[in-house]
Amino acid sequence: MVDALDREPAPIAGQAEDEAVVVAPRGGVPSWLITTGSVVFVLVTWQLCGPYINPLFGTYPTAIVAAFWKLVSSGKLAAALADSLRPFAAGYALAILVGIPLGLLIGRFRVLEAAIGIYVTAGFAMPLVALVPLLVLWLGLGFAVKVAIIFLMSVFPICINTWLGVTAVPKTLIEVGKSFVAPHHVILRRIIFPATLPYIMAGVRLAVGRAVVAMVIAEFFTSISGLGAIIQTSANNFDTATTFVPIVIIMLLAVSLNFFVGAIERWVAPWQAEIAGRDQQ
Amino acid sequence: MGEVNLINVSKQFMLRIDGKLHAVKALDRVSFSVHEGEIVALIGPSGCGKTTALRVAMGLETASGGKVTVDGREVKGCGHDRGMVFQFAELLPWLTALQNVMFGLEMKGMRGAQLRATATRYLELVGLNDSLNRRPHQLSGGMKQRVGIARALAIDPKVLLMDEPFGALDAQTREIMQAELLDIHARTKKTILFVTHDLDEAVLIADRIVVLKNGRVQEIMAVPLPRPRPDLGVVRGLPEFAATRYRVWQALHQSGDTLH
Repeated sequence: MVDALDREPAPIAGQAEDEAVVVAPRGGVPSWLITTGSVVFVLVTWQLCGPYINPLFGTYPTAIVAAFWKLVSSGKLAAALADSLRPFAAGYALAILVGIPLGLLIGRFRVLEAAIGIYVTAGFAMPLVALVPLLVLWLGLGFAVKVAIIFLMSVFPICINTWLGVTAVPKTLIEVGKSFVAPHHVILRRIIFPATLPYIMAGVRLAVGRAVVAMVIAEFFTSISGLGAIIQTSANNFDTATTFVPIVIIMLLAVSLNFFVGAIERWVAPWQAEIAGRDQQ
Repeated sequence: MGEVNLINVSKQFMLRIDGKLHAVKALDRVSFSVHEGEIVALIGPSGCGKTTALRVAMGLETASGGKVTVDGREVKGCGHDRGMVFQFAELLPWLTALQNVMFGLEMKGMRGAQLRATATRYLELVGLNDSLNRRPHQLSGGMKQRVGIARALAIDPKVLLMDEPFGALDAQTREIMQAELLDIHARTKKTILFVTHDLDEAVLIADRIVVLKNGRVQEIMAVPLPRPRPDLGVVRGLPEFAATRYRVWQALHQSGDTLH
């Protein structure tokens, strides 16, 4: 979607007609190098403090790695991960499938916004943990309730961001459509939807973190399974090193999902990054 | 072909000011015509209603009273007989220049190879054959405006309606674009109605100037400059230019009776 011409330096608006100013890429240390350096620093410092930490209450990197290998070789980690990811994928996917169209409709139709908007806003602000006992009552302790918890926690940011995106579409862009006599559904599909995409993707990205939190909550409060089970069991046994393994995995999951969704965001809506100049940093 | 008539057009807006609903009269029985192939400038102080008049002619607003006709047919909503050029170009930011021009044509029903060829042709007409695949944020202000003009021209409307098309550009680009517009007009012979607040621009480009004040037509005057216009630098030196410009200035600064 981005062709060679897009990489040319952009002429600065306000300049004389045909003059294009060469924009040099900013120099300095690349961000990824700084991040890596920071992580290495934290790990090394932590490791050096290792011998001084009471193994009942704390741990250090090499101990975590050892516990990690133990879990991996016994196959427990893989099984737990699969157990956790199944409801996660289902809940998150459902949140996207429901949240985006709902947000589009609420944003577009005033009556729907007045009728449903209040529940969406309330749902977003509500602490889900308070609802879990009720959900367990309704849906039991198995797969369904986990999906429900993850769904409820992720759907609202997606819906609200989409809703916001629709209301943020400049009226003038819609008038462009009208001035060329575009029928209403064409305006919706070819002007409103593309204009809303960056907001939708922002909502999808925000929801990732909340979905991961919901996944762990679900595992703590419903049937103990997956990564949450490992955390609970090893914590109860004061096996701090093993407790940290799922925690690190969950963090890695959230970070990599965030990155992955960001990549999709750039693929789906490349113009937003180009407009903000982020692709030239 | 391409005759626009505003007949007793009135427009009222209901605005909420300080919690109370007020009826604000933006246009009060405005009447004037734009003859086929003519360029008419609509000028007036801020808030005089000139953009509203243009939007009513375009079909983006409905008149509260009176009507607008194009070639005798009353205007009801937007149509492919009128092309609009907006003040800030208003290109779709996710489409390239070529795709933006194609958008208008697609709305008209054009498809396939002809679609691409026609869009390319109009971008060449405005001098952008090297920027077909650039996105709007990679274009300068003048280039964006040219794409906007190409997009409006591509659907081959009877009338081109332009809302302060060069108002957002710097002075040098504005002069270049004014000359370009005259060139395009000489080649396409389109009827053009454009809104401006720039007196120079109105006199340089237009055949007739309609001065609007407080929603009413103050004066309509002819511009006694040759058509086709010679080099705009030469035009600026002609005594008729200065005289007409002064007449417009006086009309804008005159208080008192307005023309009905």
